[in-house]
Amino acid sequence: MGAADILDVSPQAAGPVRVYRHRLPVRLWHWLNAATLLVLLMSGLMIFNAHPRLYWGQYGANHDHAWLEIGSTRATGYLRIGSWKVDTTGMLGHWTDRDGATQRWAFPGWATIPTRYSLADGRRWHLSFAWLFAVALTLYMIWTAIGGHLAKDLRVRRGEWGLGALWRDLKDHARLRFPAGEAALRYNILQKLSYIGVIFLLLPLMIFTGLAMSPGFNATAPWLIDLFGGRQSARSIHFITATLLLLFFLIHVAMVLLAGPANALRSIVTGWLRLPPAREEGRE
Amino acid sequence: MNDLTLPRRQLIARAGSLVAAAGALPLLSGCDAINEAPAVRKILSMGEKMHRASQRALTDRDALAREFARTDLSPVFRSNGTRLPEGDAYAAHAARGFADWRVAVRGLVARPLMLSMADIRAMPQRTQITRHDCVEGWSAIGEWTGVQLSRVLAAAELKGSARYIVFRCADRIGAAEYYESCDLIDALHPQTILAWALNRQLLPIANGAPLRLRIERQLGYKHAKYLRAIEAVASLEKVGAGKGGYWEDRVDYEWYAGI
Repeated sequence: MGAADILDVSPQAAGPVRVYRHRLPVRLWHWLNAATLLVLLMSGLMIFNAHPRLYWGQYGANHDHAWLEIGSTRATGYLRIGSWKVDTTGMLGHWTDRDGATQRWAFPGWATIPTRYSLADGRRWHLSFAWLFAVALTLYMIWTAIGGHLAKDLRVRRGEWGLGALWRDLKDHARLRFPAGEAALRYNILQKLSYIGVIFLLLPLMIFTGLAMSPGFNATAPWLIDLFGGRQSARSIHFITATLLLLFFLIHVAMVLLAGPANALRSIVTGWLRLPPAREEGRE
Repeated sequence: MNDLTLPRRQLIARAGSLVAAAGALPLLSGCDAINEAPAVRKILSMGEKMHRASQRALTDRDALAREFARTDLSPVFRSNGTRLPEGDAYAAHAARGFADWRVAVRGLVARPLMLSMADIRAMPQRTQITRHDCVEGWSAIGEWTGVQLSRVLAAAELKGSARYIVFRCADRIGAAEYYESCDLIDALHPQTILAWALNRQLLPIANGAPLRLRIERQLGYKHAKYLRAIEAVASLEKVGAGKGGYWEDRVDYEWYAGI
């Protein structure tokens, strides 16, 4: 059953047009993914706290040059990227916990799992939820490929490519002019590109850079670590990709809130979207 | 104007208050209660079992960890954990250059051994340049020389009932002595060596002098330092608190540290 195929053409034309927008696997995966990614992010920040420095190459430890570092002085916290340094007191590297005590861990307690420093527990959460995430992603990718979601909803069509179309869509997004009527039945080009980028690039990249950090898996698949240019490079890419995913999440949520959170939430929970009336109907 | 774009400002305001409300929720202590719940700990520990099972299934038992060239060595090989074991006995050994240091090989073996450092150096040696991966996230590349554990266990005639090898250390953290353990797959792996040299120098005290374990497909805390006994056992239940290692017993680090 195609996403846009089923228009609820009920005779009482007064009500808004309802469309079956998201099929069950999309909705299930969306929410499972939201939960697992949140746990993975927060437990990942705890693991980062154990050594808040990032390197390029095969090795990297305290005596080696870190390209990114979250650190602290006696009274301040800072984030350093290359030679650029910014004061992050109160947020990163130097913050006050809920008992009023000063903490010097990189990420604050409200952002980590668990809230108090425990590398062991952070790893337990991270490495078990990684399984849930990887298995769900694999199943979802298979389903998108054979279930028609990829071909029908995500495939970039002829005419959608091209700078003109991209620029138009970018302008529409910037002006918060969201698709209405027929156009709201389809993903627009920026949506397609970001969903494809997230599902087929960023999310798998998280799994592969994660596996590349495993000393056991290095013996299983030495080529994987070569692909990323070394274990510490893989760790850096893991962190950068997580940041990109967080950025995607923020934009995604902002778009939902701006385009109409009730309608969007209903559609990703129940599947049914209330179609925004087309602009051509003279209501503008 | 379109009724979708009209309440934009209102929507932004509502979005702002939603975010603020979510942030103010007293989630923090609730999260920690979940973290401590026995049922949750049990579910979380399944992750380790799955990683171990899948890595064992996918990896040849003798598959080697990457070995590097001398040009890849870390300029400084940092140390971690105990940097100087406490106590007069260790200090006295260090002062004599570990000439009287003995490593016991015992437990489920037909021929228990007491090996001096000279005995260990007289056995066939293996040198390997490998990457040391700390659980904290850093890595350092070093050149290690020592005897393969498989040779020592063969000399001691490991019994068929042995399932695990326990490594007893001379360093204490708090009141308890450090120890670690591994299964026979890792114990008999060609790169699992008892190393006495780092970067062609005698092992520094900070890195585990006079003898430490290298178990290259696992994280740093498995690489027991200051070795004084190697014990073959059938079960880890009665060793320490039963989880197979100092950190495993205390903070619940994974016993299988391949990831």
